[in-house]
Amino acid sequence: MSARERWVLLLAVGLAAAVVPWTVRSTYVLSALVFVALNGIAALALSLVMGFAGQVSLGQAAFYAIGAYVSGVLTASYGWNPWVAMAVAVAAGALTAFLVGLPIFRLSGLLLAMATLGFGIILYYVLVNWASVTGGPSGLTGIPPLAIGGVQLDSDRRMAWLAWGALLLVLGLAGNLVDSRVGRALRAIHGSEPAAEAAGVDTARYKLGVFAVAGGVTALAGALYAHYLKFINPSPFGFAFSIELVVMVVLGGVASLWGAVLGAALVVGLVEALRALLPLLTVSHGAAEYEIVVFGLLLMAFMIFLPGGLSALGRRAA
Amino acid sequence: MTLGEQLAQYLASGLVVGGAYALIGLGFVIVYSVTRIINFAQGEFVMLGALGMVTGTGLGLGPLPAFVLVVAAVAALAAALERVAVHPLRRAPALAVLILTIGASIALRGGALVVWGTDPFALAPFSAGPPVALLGALVVRQAFWVVAVAALVFALLWFFFTRTYAGTAVRACAVNPRAARLMGIRVDGMSLLAFALSGALGATAGAVIAPITYATYDMGLMLGLKGFVAAVLGGLVSPPGAIAGGILLGVLEAFAAGLVSSGYKDAVAFVILIALCLVQVAGWLPWRVPVEEG
Repeated sequence: MSARERWVLLLAVGLAAAVVPWTVRSTYVLSALVFVALNGIAALALSLVMGFAGQVSLGQAAFYAIGAYVSGVLTASYGWNPWVAMAVAVAAGALTAFLVGLPIFRLSGLLLAMATLGFGIILYYVLVNWASVTGGPSGLTGIPPLAIGGVQLDSDRRMAWLAWGALLLVLGLAGNLVDSRVGRALRAIHGSEPAAEAAGVDTARYKLGVFAVAGGVTALAGALYAHYLKFINPSPFGFAFSIELVVMVVLGGVASLWGAVLGAALVVGLVEALRALLPLLTVSHGAAEYEIVVFGLLLMAFMIFLPGGLSALGRRAA
Repeated sequence: MTLGEQLAQYLASGLVVGGAYALIGLGFVIVYSVTRIINFAQGEFVMLGALGMVTGTGLGLGPLPAFVLVVAAVAALAAALERVAVHPLRRAPALAVLILTIGASIALRGGALVVWGTDPFALAPFSAGPPVALLGALVVRQAFWVVAVAALVFALLWFFFTRTYAGTAVRACAVNPRAARLMGIRVDGMSLLAFALSGALGATAGAVIAPITYATYDMGLMLGLKGFVAAVLGGLVSPPGAIAGGILLGVLEAFAAGLVSSGYKDAVAFVILIALCLVQVAGWLPWRVPVEEG
């Protein structure tokens, strides 16, 4: 995609994101739109790590949780302004990713996957057990909504605008990053690390940098989530969400920014469709739990038959 | 209870759980050695072993026939997974295969949910009776089964890897797949064998541990991850290392839960995992954990 095409696409989606929430009445659809945008931001960040630096993070939910909890605790318990708290949350996400990645990026591949997995699970236990700050398993209430000049962003519709605005901003910035010198270096790393090293790319530094950026961006999505729901507890930030983010990126195509957004939309849509459909097919057990079978099979099918994801389909057709 | 008795109790329960971790870790080591794949679905084999025993004994089978049937069935399933999913990706990057096995793991867990539901099942111990007092600790009878079965499996594996042709061929593939192929060993077949073995090991661990821990559809994730930590602790390519790593992890976990806080018990393994990564980067580890693409 050329830079020009990219801006046209961004503009078109931006227009749609501005108009569609006006026309939609159902809060159910609006909240699904918000979640597509929030998950899209997090999936986009992960696709930078997976598709452009060739690394898998299996603990990305941790950065989402850091964003949600830092912003949530600072506003609900300490009365901070939500925008300031959100900025601190993003910085905290980026800094944590930097510190986690610092020792690990000297080694490559599976070790990072495993270390991020471990980090994600440890953080989850900290959220559950550090009840005096996080509220423990029962969660943290009283998180204020965001406000712009006295207008509270407390409805699903207003939040849909904000979340999609944030998504498009991140998409635009990430698109620029990918097309820059930094992006070329990252793609070189993805292609072949020794070759990139030989060409003078400081691979460890770039990988660490992109991991930190992804940590900050994911924390942004988490902070938006906290101010949207006004309540957070540890359970949505577990290992399952880390995997769900990987599924989104793989479905969309690891090396495609729009693919990640598409993957997020697909996963959110799929979950909702399954919840609507499954009670018709079965009678026993909680229908919501069945979605994991479908995710697992989808993940396998994509890795075997369509490793480039859905965006590769488009490229093949073009 | 005196402190000494408490410590004995922690040690005993740590050794028992550690035996299960060691069995699971061995599955990781065998698959990784031969195929350079970290099989994320390993923990689900454990879950299938445990739930399979619940169903088998529920159908009126004795513990031994049920055990044999379940282990064989899970081994066959693991072999089928290798043929259907892993084999087609044998030339794909390591991370692609990792994601594939994550998919397999989720699918198996979901499948178990469909079959067994969300309720935990209790499984009767292999031999009935009250706990046994041993050096100040009270030990449930099933614990002796766990230790005995683990020891038996370790002995069988040792015999297989050092005294049989097939076992030597597996080791040859682990050392150098290309050279093994030049010597006329079918490397593809070895990958299949490695998966079947890891399935059998996982199911064995699940079957013997189920009477102690209960069996649920989602038990595989944590047990699998801990088995992985056990394997990494032992160097990831060394079967004796995985056994030592599993037992060490089980004991550390039991002491951490007893002396520090039971809320963080499940986090111990992951602290160890990250510490291992750090120590390896600093170059302090006497052995090399070869978790790199290659």
